[in-house]
Amino acid sequence: MKADPTGVLTGSHYLDGDHACCEGALAAGCRFVAGYPITPSTEVVERFARRAPLVEGAIFIQMEDEIASSIALQGAVWAGKKAMTVTSGPGFSLMMEHIGLAAMTETPCVFVDVQRGGPSTGLPTLPGQADMMQARWGSHGDYEIIALSPNSPQECFNLTIDAFNLSEQYRVPVMFMMDECVGHMMERVVIPRADQIEITPRRYTKLPPGQYLPFKPGEDLVPEMFKAGDGYRLHVTGLTHDYRGYPVMEPNVQETLVHRLVDKIRVNAPKIWRYEETDVADADIVVVSYGITSRVAVEAIALARKQGIKVGMLRLIVVWPFPEDRIFELASQGKGFVVAEMNYGQMFYEVDRSARGRAPVVLAGHGGGTVHNIEDIAKKIVEANTCRSKRN
Amino acid sequence: MSVETELKKASLSPTYTEDPGKHPMDGFLRMDRMPHIWCSTCGIGVSVNCFAKALEKCQIPLDQVTVVSGIGCTGRVAGYVKVDSFHTTHGRAIPFATGLKLANPKLKVIVFSGDGDIVAIGGNHFINAARRNIDITVICINNFNYAMTGGQVAPTSPEGSVLSTSPYGNFETPFNLPFLAESVGAVYVARWTSLHIYNQTNSMVEAILKPGFSFIEIIAPCPTIFERQQKMGDGLDRLRWYCENSEIKHEAKTKDVAIGLQNKIIVGKFVDKTRPTYLESMNEHYKEKLGARYKPYEG
Amino acid sequence: MSVRYRENPFGLPKPASPQGTIVILEERCKGCSFCIEYCPHDVLAISKKFNSKGYHPPEILKVEMCVNCGFCRMICPEFAIYTYEAKTGEKP
Repeated sequence: MKADPTGVLTGSHYLDGDHACCEGALAAGCRFVAGYPITPSTEVVERFARRAPLVEGAIFIQMEDEIASSIALQGAVWAGKKAMTVTSGPGFSLMMEHIGLAAMTETPCVFVDVQRGGPSTGLPTLPGQADMMQARWGSHGDYEIIALSPNSPQECFNLTIDAFNLSEQYRVPVMFMMDECVGHMMERVVIPRADQIEITPRRYTKLPPGQYLPFKPGEDLVPEMFKAGDGYRLHVTGLTHDYRGYPVMEPNVQETLVHRLVDKIRVNAPKIWRYEETDVADADIVVVSYGITSRVAVEAIALARKQGIKVGMLRLIVVWPFPEDRIFELASQGKGFVVAEMNYGQMFYEVDRSARGRAPVVLAGHGGGTVHNIEDIAKKIVEANTCRSKRN
Repeated sequence: MSVETELKKASLSPTYTEDPGKHPMDGFLRMDRMPHIWCSTCGIGVSVNCFAKALEKCQIPLDQVTVVSGIGCTGRVAGYVKVDSFHTTHGRAIPFATGLKLANPKLKVIVFSGDGDIVAIGGNHFINAARRNIDITVICINNFNYAMTGGQVAPTSPEGSVLSTSPYGNFETPFNLPFLAESVGAVYVARWTSLHIYNQTNSMVEAILKPGFSFIEIIAPCPTIFERQQKMGDGLDRLRWYCENSEIKHEAKTKDVAIGLQNKIIVGKFVDKTRPTYLESMNEHYKEKLGARYKPYEG
Repeated sequence: MSVRYRENPFGLPKPASPQGTIVILEERCKGCSFCIEYCPHDVLAISKKFNSKGYHPPEILKVEMCVNCGFCRMICPEFAIYTYEAKTGEKP
């Protein structure tokens, strides 16, 4: 269905990533934001606080901490709204228990993490990309989520809409992994008309109360949703539960439920993967990157090409589930990889794992605080190329 | 004859019915999950019974009622009531309830949770929701310990209680819950024990129908853990003790109603005032600041 | 004044007190004895029999003393006992 025009600020704007993310959320139909201020994500909620009173049905509440924000939005989802919260590294760590709750109760919602230098308080005003593994593995237990990474304010707008759509499609919490650079850089953001924006509506059930089982999956392993107040009178719990939602403390129920929560994303992964490839067909080295680092990598690739190395780029848009099949395909073609990211190795391990030993994988990483030096990435490209030639 | 048939034969009698599902409150319960897990002589079942009666008296359609609970013995209430119910994480029932209420103000949201869940791990959320006057009702069943995990000391345990993490007796000063609730701005504060069933029910009716943050503390026996460790008998002995040692004092000053291990328990309706709720304040404020551009928020 | 007059000063018939019928759902009972303890007319007592869980459910001693006050129904934590008005079926 098409977007609701009351939330869409059609036009050509000059916005930073945080503001574009807020506009994307409103365009996607998000009408509840519970937030807590944390640099560098505060601008998202500041804009939402300003816009919400003027958009019908939208409400913003600044909760007392990130833990409250991350569960208040789930309450709003179960009452029928689309909801989102926004945070950075330290707040993301606090929200982990409730990301697990959202995964277990299959609550569709969006968590925006505008990454900054870490660990701990780190560098509040400077970028980092070191929460990528935490987005996937942060909470306890077995579960799967979807994570996206934009690299420009325009993408912040577009991908926020996609994040909401994916969360409704798969009834899963979606992590929107920005970084401080993309969040605070100002660029042109074109917001189209409402009838040009595709929105996935919430997959409410059409079955009457009594026949509907809230956790019985459909063919794509995703159950249909209900909301409180519609007369279904159902129970939702974070304990291991059966199709009715009742807690059952038995291993076979654990197997049925948790295996499906994981398979829901793994089996549907080929439909969810999204990446952008540039000059990969004839390349010997593929630079894998995401977020702000991908924009620096473009320059590094140009430099390397001048030195005669054939380099292409694979930019991850959907970071989790990771496109392991594509990496394996490229590795089998004899290419080498350089993983450029603003951390000491996180997606690097995924690329390395996916290559399954068929390709050399080199990390071009650093601790964050600033974007890479182009020469550093270029040096790693040369190193990877040397590795690759020796191997072949 | 097998043991089962013997027992069945022994329990049959002409004046009794053996057909379940006939209790007048069965429509309110998830009968496919009964019997519940609460111990014999536990006070939580009594409060759920009073809650069922209170909802009947309020005459609110059950489709509009939602119950949110945390983790713990009292947290299991959500699983047994046949309304849209949510069993959330430890201590976070109140912010979940806030999200539910703000997203759909037509719902009647009731939080049922234990003392450790609401004022220990959930303390921050409790005080902020009361300050904001979010229109929810919080029913806190206080059994003075963390019962589900085996009886650890809680911020409400009276001084001197011997519990598993205070094996030499509790030396910390406990919370005085009505005092806490009043000081952070709750508009309705009451305390009853498991024995005061009619008072409990009436309080619940008043609290559910009253707009704003209402708080009811219910002192309940915990025979398996608290009473056993303090050697106070079982739940029935405790109810007899409440009968002799509780005093109804409506309008008592909440700072004077702290509970000691062997002191009198003062019960009653302590606070009943009016204050604009969060949504009322929000709508009024934005109407004033934004004028005609603002459409009042209705969910 | 005779004692007769003081007992019944207006000569009206004594109002009938309600008569309750008690239903005990024995399999649900966990033997807590709240209903027995707090029945205002001591209508109930602990029985010697067991339900299948091993608890002693209450038994009715003198059903004619039950006035359908409903206290046992409301104080039972297990929803295992209720009463209704014997003639009309009304529940308190």
